[in-house]
Amino acid sequence: MAKLERVPPAAVVIEDLTIRYRKGKELFSAVDGLSMTMNAGEITSILGPNGAGKTSTIEACEGFRRPTSGTIRVFDLDPVRDAVQLRPRVGVMLQEGGAWLGVRAGELLRYVASLYANPLDVPALLERLDLQDHAQTNFRRLSGGQRQRLCLAMAIVGRSDLVFLDEPTAGMDPHSRRATWDIIRELRDGGAGVVLSTHHMDEAESLSDRIHILKDGRLAASGTPTDLLRESRNPLLELSVNGELDLVALARAVPELNKVVDAVAGLYSFDVKPSTEIMARVASWCVDHRIELRGIRTHEPTLEELFLSLTKRVEQ
Amino acid sequence: MTLDLTPKPGAAPWPSRLWAHVRMELRLLSRQGEQLLLTIVIPLMVLILGSKADSLLKTDAPLDVVLPGVLALALVSMSFTSLAIGTGFERRYGVLKHLGATPLSPQGLLWGKALAIALAQGVQGLLLFGVALVLGWRPQADTSWISFGALVVLGSLAFAGLALLLAGSFRAEITLALANLLFILASAFGGVVVSVDRLPAPLAPLVAYSPTGALGEGMRAVFAGDPAGMHLVVLTVWANVAGAACMKWFKWE
Repeated sequence: MAKLERVPPAAVVIEDLTIRYRKGKELFSAVDGLSMTMNAGEITSILGPNGAGKTSTIEACEGFRRPTSGTIRVFDLDPVRDAVQLRPRVGVMLQEGGAWLGVRAGELLRYVASLYANPLDVPALLERLDLQDHAQTNFRRLSGGQRQRLCLAMAIVGRSDLVFLDEPTAGMDPHSRRATWDIIRELRDGGAGVVLSTHHMDEAESLSDRIHILKDGRLAASGTPTDLLRESRNPLLELSVNGELDLVALARAVPELNKVVDAVAGLYSFDVKPSTEIMARVASWCVDHRIELRGIRTHEPTLEELFLSLTKRVEQ
Repeated sequence: MTLDLTPKPGAAPWPSRLWAHVRMELRLLSRQGEQLLLTIVIPLMVLILGSKADSLLKTDAPLDVVLPGVLALALVSMSFTSLAIGTGFERRYGVLKHLGATPLSPQGLLWGKALAIALAQGVQGLLLFGVALVLGWRPQADTSWISFGALVVLGSLAFAGLALLLAGSFRAEITLALANLLFILASAFGGVVVSVDRLPAPLAPLVAYSPTGALGEGMRAVFAGDPAGMHLVVLTVWANVAGAACMKWFKWE
């Protein structure tokens, strides 16, 4: 029997996108033949080192810049030509703020809310973001984290069905980060598409339904966090001991441990499919050789490691 | 309180968006001490001091000499200096970019600014005419109020165009410095308060065709009951040149 899969509707479809800038006399490709989609009802993270083309791609989706070639469709509309229809449907949180320094937090949010037909309740939104005590505070006097929360509020107050968040938790304390993650998940659960750009791999891993990793303006990897990690590498077996290990002797006793990935003062990783059986043999070998074993565990691949290996800089 | 985060997109009707922005602009303007000093206090001071300067100005009706120049000065302070500085920092802080992506839209932003400046200039006009009347000034019977209106509109367009050109091309601090410097230079030597025929010989013909000279001389002509057609033509040319330059060079970020 065919399995019925929920196919989420595409909010953004990017096909063969290229964006070039003129840098002095040189023509420089920020985005180079990129194709990807971002769905409604999903959180999509766009990851990549600085200069990978994240901002250019997102800004083209927001209609701030025109593609050099290729197409972008947002809800099957053109971000530049159909801007009038798209502006109410797309909420944007800019990295640099986008607010007057002399404006009061509550006043700014009320103003932005008044541009939309069905805005969120402003006092409730301020309270949800723990800004209710700062409604009368000038933007200039808000802390970095408070500014970020207010900018997030501006991006979502209009109840758009697609929200672009550029590093939404930069400068936030751990409590605010968790609160922001909850809001982002709630937006997604309500059916909005959320596009996230972030340098926090833990954030991307725990929030994203789909991750696109960019490098040099191209797609380096793409998929759900689980798929990406499953395909990235095997789990490792990690040993930590007091003192030094004789790796040759160990490999003779436990031949599976012949591939050493990392060995730094007392911490050793082996590329081997970890099993209880191997761990038991390692433990008993340590007992026989009077080695003080401090820990033995499997080390699952993390998004951060995958990201670092995919976007490694080639030294010239 | 629970917050319903399900999407329900939609733009407010355009008049409410526009009005929301106008109110925001006016609130921000009224809160900035240095802007109020520039646009209200300085013109009022020049008017009041000028009304007592009958011996210096060698006239027994000093307000007739001073008021037209002060009106021109007030217009330049609002539609050039204040607009340039405000827009320069809005560009720097990403306000222009951000609002351009909301249902306000770049067009709404432009119209909102225009309307806010028009209203603020209305307040300036009420204050300046009011104080002048209290000080004893009376309009002459042959003053052409239509020419006055045309001067205000064309002058505002020309100076707003130049302000946006400055704000859209330079860094915010440079815009701040240039806008203030040009305002001071124009007030002293630009034919705004001091009439062009009192300026040194090599400067006078140049200034007559500058936007500040055309506005100042135009105002003096209107209130003296003289035709202001030439000055209106000069301002029209400047408004078009500044507008075209803005279209070409204004950068949103």
